[in-house]
Amino acid sequence: MITHTIFFYFFSIIAIYSALMVITSKNTVNSVFFLILDFISVGCLFIMVGAEFLGMILLIVYVGAVAVLFLFVVMMLNVAEQKTSWFRGRVTKGTHIPSGLFVSILIFLELLVVVGGWKYKTNIMSSGSLPIDQNTTNTHELGNVMYTDYVLYFQLSGMILLLAMMGAIILTYRKRENIKRQSYFKQVSREKSSSVELKDAEFDKGVKIDD
Amino acid sequence: MEYLNILLQEIYKIFFLVIPVLVTVAMIVWLDRRVWASIQKRRGPNVVGPFGLLQSLADALKYIFKEIIIPASANKAIFILAPIVTMTLALAAWAVIPFSESLILSDINVGILYLFAISSLGVYGIIMGGWASNSKYPFLGAIRSAAQMVSYEVSIGIIIINVLLCVGSLNLKDIVNAQQDLWFVFPLFPMFVIFFISALAETNRPPFDLPEAEAELVAGYQTEYSGMMYAMFWLGEYANILLMCAMGSILFLGGWLPPLDIYPFNIVPSFFWMILKILFLFLLFSIVKAIVPRYRYDQLMRLGWKVFLPFSLFYVVLTASFLFYFELLPTKVY
Repeated sequence: MITHTIFFYFFSIIAIYSALMVITSKNTVNSVFFLILDFISVGCLFIMVGAEFLGMILLIVYVGAVAVLFLFVVMMLNVAEQKTSWFRGRVTKGTHIPSGLFVSILIFLELLVVVGGWKYKTNIMSSGSLPIDQNTTNTHELGNVMYTDYVLYFQLSGMILLLAMMGAIILTYRKRENIKRQSYFKQVSREKSSSVELKDAEFDKGVKIDD
Repeated sequence: MEYLNILLQEIYKIFFLVIPVLVTVAMIVWLDRRVWASIQKRRGPNVVGPFGLLQSLADALKYIFKEIIIPASANKAIFILAPIVTMTLALAAWAVIPFSESLILSDINVGILYLFAISSLGVYGIIMGGWASNSKYPFLGAIRSAAQMVSYEVSIGIIIINVLLCVGSLNLKDIVNAQQDLWFVFPLFPMFVIFFISALAETNRPPFDLPEAEAELVAGYQTEYSGMMYAMFWLGEYANILLMCAMGSILFLGGWLPPLDIYPFNIVPSFFWMILKILFLFLLFSIVKAIVPRYRYDQLMRLGWKVFLPFSLFYVVLTASFLFYFELLPTKVY
């Protein structure tokens, strides 16, 4: 049990530290790297509470794909140094601060409700959740719930993701003219008769090539 | 005291996993070069030791004694971290590979997801190295590599779903044991071919070695690296290739199971079969390297997104419908 506690504090300290560094580090690329570290340590925490499927999915989806795209965008845009940093030093035109404050107050209130609920309903841990069945893995449990009781919501969320993807493609797609495209079908189905022609070259005159 | 004992035991086990993997990687580099050479009618490394077997050790020694150069404009911390990340991840994934029924470092429930997660983290070593070098060619190499690895991960993930439909468990041992009667290469042969090609792309092997295309990008993301740090990238890359071979043999070739469960085959220790299968797949990898020309980048992307992804999705539907119709869906709860 004591090793469990040590590991818990180890990962949670890393998670909190890297979460702080995400918003305070000046270099945007460093922020993304700290975000990745945060994802990884939260994934480890998931595994420690026994939700190994969720932890692994977090690693695969967020770290393996989403954060790579983040990094991609940040590196391509080359926003290495931020000019206005209100965490350290001077406060310049802080147009983002009101909206940021609004969102953070909202999240803080939500947290207050959740933590308050814990405080006033002390038996929430024992009453609120079904007993964990030690004989089946939590992948099976998740599947049993997701594809039976919540199958409509599951499908619906998939549909929303598909729509979002299609929307993004439609918004960024533009048809360009005068562009050379490679058509494998055309290349492979080309015949000798349509591409090669034998001609007798006359001396000192050559062959006239018409294009 | 008890914890210390357990800790020491685990370290001991890890040690006896990592050292053989590293030695195998060194030998596999030699094998790769020899196969490559003999296909091109050259001799390959044949001077150091018998048949040049010690060539990799000589190379490693040379790398250790070379100077490590860090470019002045590089981001120092990330520059140093990149090869470490590559190599650590490549070795960490070996923890869940079962070499036999009992020869496995950690037998976790979501083994295949762990493997998939670790192999998808591998891209970070490359991106970090390419970006921190603060130079054009490494950066271009890193960008190419990131796009390539993310694209081909998708098709690998869907191929894994195909296998999981037939098994009904994410545990690697269960996956191997489900192939007792029939290896998955036979019913899922098209998936095996796509897995093999995607593994080539995932590990940046030719014909998909665009991140380090010599003619265009010098050496891609490794351009600014030297000495031991370069060697670590190299080791990590080959450890990843071996890992992909191990994954292929577990998913499709029946892991440690002998080809036929009859007398001369089943007295051979089972880890021998596993190693033989890994080596067989690696041989295919190195033959492909020698005989296939490099892809163009848009062709690579087209292959990943427009050919492999729809086809493997179609095959998922096919497998699922087949299993459902003939009532072969795995119902055993592990």
